Amino acid sequence: MPRIVVDVMPKPEILDPQGKAIVGALPRLGFTSFSSVRQGKRFELTVDGEVTEDILAQAREAAETLLSNPVIEDVVNVEVVEA
Amino acid sequence: MTELPLIGEAVAVAAEPRLAGAKIGVVTFPGTLDDRDASRAVRLAGGTPVELWHGDSDLGDVDAVILPGGFSYGDYLRAGAIARFAPLMSKIIDAANSDAKLPVLGICNGFQLLTESHLLPGSMIKNDHLKFICRDQVLRVENNSTYWTGDYAAGQEITVPLKNQDGQYIADEKTLDALEAEGRVVFRYVGFNPNGSRRDIAGISNAAGNVVGLMPHPEHAVEVGFGPESLDGIGGSDTEGLGLFTSVLNKIVGAN
Repeated sequence: MPRIVVDVMPKPEILDPQGKAIVGALPRLGFTSFSSVRQGKRFELTVDGEVTEDILAQAREAAETLLSNPVIEDVVNVEVVEA
Repeated sequence: MTELPLIGEAVAVAAEPRLAGAKIGVVTFPGTLDDRDASRAVRLAGGTPVELWHGDSDLGDVDAVILPGGFSYGDYLRAGAIARFAPLMSKIIDAANSDAKLPVLGICNGFQLLTESHLLPGSMIKNDHLKFICRDQVLRVENNSTYWTGDYAAGQEITVPLKNQDGQYIADEKTLDALEAEGRVVFRYVGFNPNGSRRDIAGISNAAGNVVGLMPHPEHAVEVGFGPESLDGIGGSDTEGLGLFTSVLNKIVGAN
């Protein structure tokens, strides 16, 4: 089954409290090379059958309306992944 | 001290028969916590609460709507993001934007719902300190001309409980400047900013003033013996949340 992958990230100008907490924890494990972490979301939408242009357009619309909040997040990637 | 049963039928503190005809719908979503408290606050304020279910397809004859606090859909995806597309929400959005200007109050998760619905600008993200916080919070009433704040004095300070995880109000600078210029910052945190909200904003309104959202919980400060005063013992602040509910009732019956 093909899947449509949607990646959503907090907008660059928005402070990401979760990413900030993670970057604080990394050095405690010895990972000292990372100066910043931003945490986003990955959605996998499974399609029964072929991914048509129409279905891909629907996925893009769903990404902008439900999967992300345009006030605080950007949809950074929508792509088809064949199983 | 007013004698009221803790469980059961609440009786209005200052029963005014003319307010009792005003019906305020309180919407329950899967994961809502504070619908019963909001209904009780409406009754204590003298109005008639009406239970509404998120899956309902019409609002009936309610004069106003409260979106109560809680964790609709477990805060999955984003707080309020899934509940925002409930069948009843589209009716509420249309009615709030209509000429009739249905009064809508969103408390906590209800505030998050209002921003996800774009009835109010901005959004809420995780508290800057990343922890759930529960405290008695002082707020300043910055605008007493909204449908929900007419019974307060401008600049009045009130104490109500605050409890949230995703309470950090954010918007871009242009939006924040516009909110300030148009007097749409309705409540501001005083003394302590509990979640990192921009410009200490605790609550805002739409341009018409019929839609108000705030993060703290006025419905938990409506009854003597069960509000902030019962914790700090200083006195006088147990029922300072009641004004939001009396304000809208007075607005509905034409007194405000």
